[in-house]
Amino acid sequence: MRSNFLNVSAGVLVACGALSGTAALAADPIKIGVIAEAQAVAGSSIAPAAQLAAEEINTKGGIDGRKVEIVVYDNHSSSAESVRAFQRAVSEDKVNAVIASYVSEVVLALEPWAARLKTVMITPGAASDVITQNIAKDYDANKYTFHGYLTSSALSGLVCDAAKDLLVDPLKMKTAVIVSEDAAWTTPLDAGYEKCLPKAGLKVLDHVRFSPDTTDFTPIFNKIEALKPDVMITGISHVGTQPTVQWKSQQVPIPMFGISSQATNSTFWKDTNGATQGVLFNAVSGPGVAVTPKTLPFVAAYQKKYGNSPAYSGYTAYDEVYMIAEAVKRAGSTDSEKLVAAMEKTDYVGTIGRIEFLPKGDPHVHGLRTGPGYITGLMLQWQDGKQVNMWPKQLAGGDMKFPPFVKLPAH
Amino acid sequence: MIFWQILVDGFAISALYALGATGFTLIFGVSGVLNLSHGAIMVAAAVGAWAAAGELHVGPYAAALIGIAVGMLLAFATYFITVRPIQRSGRIAESEKEIFILTATLLWGIIVQETIAYLFTNNAKTVLPIVDGTVMFLGVRTPTNEFFTAAVCWLAIGALWLLVNKTQRGKAVLAASMNPRGVTLLGIELSGIYLTVWAVYGLLAGIAGILLGMFLGVSSYSVGPLTASAFSIVVLGGLGSVSGSLIAAYVVGYLETLTAYLISPAYRTIPALLLLVVVMYVRPQGLFGRR
Repeated sequence: MRSNFLNVSAGVLVACGALSGTAALAADPIKIGVIAEAQAVAGSSIAPAAQLAAEEINTKGGIDGRKVEIVVYDNHSSSAESVRAFQRAVSEDKVNAVIASYVSEVVLALEPWAARLKTVMITPGAASDVITQNIAKDYDANKYTFHGYLTSSALSGLVCDAAKDLLVDPLKMKTAVIVSEDAAWTTPLDAGYEKCLPKAGLKVLDHVRFSPDTTDFTPIFNKIEALKPDVMITGISHVGTQPTVQWKSQQVPIPMFGISSQATNSTFWKDTNGATQGVLFNAVSGPGVAVTPKTLPFVAAYQKKYGNSPAYSGYTAYDEVYMIAEAVKRAGSTDSEKLVAAMEKTDYVGTIGRIEFLPKGDPHVHGLRTGPGYITGLMLQWQDGKQVNMWPKQLAGGDMKFPPFVKLPAH
Repeated sequence: MIFWQILVDGFAISALYALGATGFTLIFGVSGVLNLSHGAIMVAAAVGAWAAAGELHVGPYAAALIGIAVGMLLAFATYFITVRPIQRSGRIAESEKEIFILTATLLWGIIVQETIAYLFTNNAKTVLPIVDGTVMFLGVRTPTNEFFTAAVCWLAIGALWLLVNKTQRGKAVLAASMNPRGVTLLGIELSGIYLTVWAVYGLLAGIAGILLGMFLGVSSYSVGPLTASAFSIVVLGGLGSVSGSLIAAYVVGYLETLTAYLISPAYRTIPALLLLVVVMYVRPQGLFGRR
């Protein structure tokens, strides 16, 4: 009798599930929440880019007849507001997945919530290695989080690869000094630099870390100059304008090469009054650089719709909407468990390269696969008011040019 | 080599500190106002000059003049919007006015700071330098702009000294700083003196902001640290003492430069703040203070 009752109720449940399932397939949209920093230069492209991707998918008929709907939440760059937005997105607005923030601190605050509410979350722009380390530590709880941008340690590897091709081989550079701001994201970056620069052929003479609120860089540059390195390898994001301007006004004869997040902004030339001439910096995209066949059409569509250029996190957010939509299609469901499994099978050529997530067991599980054939990043240089790509070679738009005060090693 | 480097670098930054602190201490000396929107006014002047060069495509001199005008306008706005209504209010007790003005200028500074961030983002900006290039000086490759900065700072401070000591108006300002009631008894309107002082203050803060923008660069984040540094220099030198502020500016400037060169750039500001704490214990009126 008892087992009979259970069977009946189970049958009813299955029937209900099937009914609501078919109804959902026919009508319900796939909802993607976007939690981002609307007023920050780097975060303001995330929601518009996601919106653009959704519109493109919908004009082509959606995913199995289901439209993609973007629900936007401005987090005012605050972790606390992001957490509230995440809770609202999942429990009230019933989103199926979330695209969240370019700030590592925000993503780290959301990661446990993605686990608790069992909702797929992907970041288009945070860099901290801790995001993927958390997934590796407790995969079953944190598997809902995906890292859709490069980790700091991956960034250091890309900078070293570019340094070998651009500095060591053609310019015969042999020595470097690492210069970075004292912040959470630069700790793994610097460790990566220390490991990979010697392999690329650059001996690390010293490692200068400075407070992110430094304003006068004279002592730092003088100290570095006394060591006579061939190049400075940078890790800066909170600062940018000030060291660049002082580098020029003090005519420090050593080139700057590495990560300089502010230099990726299209306004950087104006902010520095052109002092950034000759500065080399890593990026995943650049003006006019066709990383994949999708890059330039995306930029054109974005400019046509919004009248300005997307920041780096706009490219990734745009790709992520497509990746989530494809994963829903593969899973045949928006069920989180199935969605995670489908996301892990992602092999998608987006605007910044071919995207695959690192598998379970990797220390950076759910991080992006990098290297030739996947994401290599670019090395851009500011030249006469424009960002020109220098690396990799097949995508280069010109040759390196340095201001007259920079002295390259004689060869 | 490192000795000359410290000497040369410390001189320019100290001159800039001195100019920034002079206006701050002048206002306090004459009207008893601690203007906590000081940093915001400096940054606004620099951003004004930057925007003038970028948007209106004017040359560096015109941009600097526009920036100074922004500084003066904001100084007047600070006075008329936040300071004067409190000074004249009958509803606020005389003994509480100082703290009201302190709070009001602090909030005003935040309003200005947020407006700058809203209109021009919080990215750091640099003002188009008037002089470019470097020269070798005592074996140190020094940006010509550093000499320009130091020279302009000292010219402005010298002009202020002449104004205060050699002109009728200036003497009235000096007298007001010593005994405001005595000045009114002589038939001089205090409000006129206040206006003069705020105009001079706006000019000095504007020039300091623009020089800072050319030398190091500013962003809306610089507002707090700039106010704090002016405040600590003025307290160290003795509130209201202009000569004390000048000496304190050099003490702080060289202490910071020494720390940055000999210990680590990361600890740049710490010894100067420790010195401030020690002075507060041993000599609360500051090194050259009267009050």
